[in-house]
Amino acid sequence: MPTPGPGSPLLELAGVSVSFDGFLALKNLNLQLAAGELRAVIGPNGAGKTTFLDVITGKVRPQAGDVYFRGRSLLGRNEHQIARLGVGRKFQSPRVFEQLSVQENLALAVSTPKTPMGLLRRHLTGAQRQRIHHLLEVINLAPRAHHRAGSLSHGQKQWLEIGMLVVQAPRLLLVDEPVAGLSDAETERTADLLRSLAGDHTVLVIEHDMEFIRRLQTRVTVLHQGQVLCEGSMDQVQTDPRVVEVYLGAGQEEQP
Amino acid sequence: MADTRSRWPPRWSQVLLWGMGLALVLALPSLVSPFRLNLLGRYLSLAIVALGIDLIWGYTGLLSLGQGIFFALGGYGAAMHLQLNCHSCSRAAGGLPEFFGLYGVQQLPWFWEPFHSPWFTLVAIWLAPALVAGLLGFLVFRNRIKGVYFSILTQAALLVFFNFFNGQQKLINGTNGLKTDLTRLLGMMVGSDAMQRNLFWLTALLALLTWLLCRRLVVGGRFGHALLAIRDDEARLRCLGYNPTPFKTMVFALAGGLAGISGALYTVQSGIVSPQFMAAPFSIEMVIWVAVGGRGTLWGAMAGALVINMAKSLVSEAWPQTWLFIQGGLFLLVVTTLQGGVVGWFQEGGPRRLLARLGWRTRLSTYPALELETGPEGED
Repeated sequence: MPTPGPGSPLLELAGVSVSFDGFLALKNLNLQLAAGELRAVIGPNGAGKTTFLDVITGKVRPQAGDVYFRGRSLLGRNEHQIARLGVGRKFQSPRVFEQLSVQENLALAVSTPKTPMGLLRRHLTGAQRQRIHHLLEVINLAPRAHHRAGSLSHGQKQWLEIGMLVVQAPRLLLVDEPVAGLSDAETERTADLLRSLAGDHTVLVIEHDMEFIRRLQTRVTVLHQGQVLCEGSMDQVQTDPRVVEVYLGAGQEEQP
Repeated sequence: MADTRSRWPPRWSQVLLWGMGLALVLALPSLVSPFRLNLLGRYLSLAIVALGIDLIWGYTGLLSLGQGIFFALGGYGAAMHLQLNCHSCSRAAGGLPEFFGLYGVQQLPWFWEPFHSPWFTLVAIWLAPALVAGLLGFLVFRNRIKGVYFSILTQAALLVFFNFFNGQQKLINGTNGLKTDLTRLLGMMVGSDAMQRNLFWLTALLALLTWLLCRRLVVGGRFGHALLAIRDDEARLRCLGYNPTPFKTMVFALAGGLAGISGALYTVQSGIVSPQFMAAPFSIEMVIWVAVGGRGTLWGAMAGALVINMAKSLVSEAWPQTWLFIQGGLFLLVVTTLQGGVVGWFQEGGPRRLLARLGWRTRLSTYPALELETGPEGED
């Protein structure tokens, strides 16, 4: 396995274009993510944020361009193969397995190898049990470990899904709207959790909540109409006239 | 469902229950007539195919309308072995089973040869349907065909098999099927009362073993959780790093193998296997047994097969023609109100709700799930 040099990015999107029946969801998108980075991606509705994650995780195949993860192209790989390479994803609305208990959800995420025989023949190792136990504390669901995930509140489901994401120990975490529907206190805790994960992991967060993004204290990429509009710190981005324009709709649309 | 492992040592009530069940099965042959016992044995074997359907439908969300294929394959395997050991039957030239003479077949078709061996037959009646199901399943699941398209495909496959078997007089006696009553197994006539009694016990034993196997090995652990995850959100499971195809293929093959065992037991107890086992209504009825008994409960599916079939024969004896109406009504009831089936209804507290609605018991003032809270830290 060729290991990329220290300077090369962990994730690179090079000239990625995606069109749905003629509508260009992503237009020649270029983006690089360094290992250990925490990156926030914002953009108005329809900017292509979720499509962008779909391309990385293999759900959508781009018409042009390439996606490199640790120096290897992800195109042509299935969702589960990409996940096994170390790309984890949390979905926009929480998607946990509601019929299973909190602990069983985490156990499915932590299990290796993720094959029928792997699940039938191998027990969870002590280290894996330890990780589940630790994560239950982190996401504050230890007292609910044996409750059905379907009985959790919306915020608890968000956290359970973040827990499932972290417990698989991916190299890259793609987090889509982690604080939608959370209380202020929960939002703060989530920001702290994601910040603590950066460094060991590479984290990409998509979010609408600007206070949350500010709290992440990190580099922000603004997407607009399938392209990167600008990049920089939250303060830089917020004062950029182009960003103000796309968010507040000042002036006329220049593109047809 | 969080922990299905039973505690050890078992409680006395459990031991008592199992003991009574065992005693009932052992005593039944002397309690009921051979005719009734035979019917019970047949319906008990149908419980095994229902068990397989519960695995693929109740747990994995794959609604197969073609389990008759695998059921019939198991039946044909058993019948072919018995036909080759039919010492009392009249023989055509070359010692072949009788029907070959009608079509002028002189040489035993090649695929009959290994069925001389009882050991091969014992393996083939479950392995052959499992392999056919595995192959069919792999091709379908690999292409991400699911939902109603999967159901239609299985129904279409059933029709293909049905028509093929119907037309193959020279290979398997076509539409007439293969009879087993007058054949011999272990020195006994298969249709005799003594043999039927043994077959009843064998069926009861296999029904218990297959149930235990599915409960412990398949649905009790993380493999079963992965099946539920496939049923509820397959795309999510993919993003956790799971490839659902081998899981679905495996469980579909397992259900096929169970159908094969079921079909073999049904054949030797009903005395004949014919392409009618692959008739479309029969495979759909199998699904109804599971739906009425309770999807995703294993024993509910088995009980559904047993009880509905017993009711069918009792009702049909008393009022011919009425059964189809009752069956249709049952299905409508399950589709409209009892979505979890009878067992699911009990598990979800249905009796209590019904009593409350009738005014015999007060409604709970709080949502029932809240009573399970372990402490105040559950909610913020």
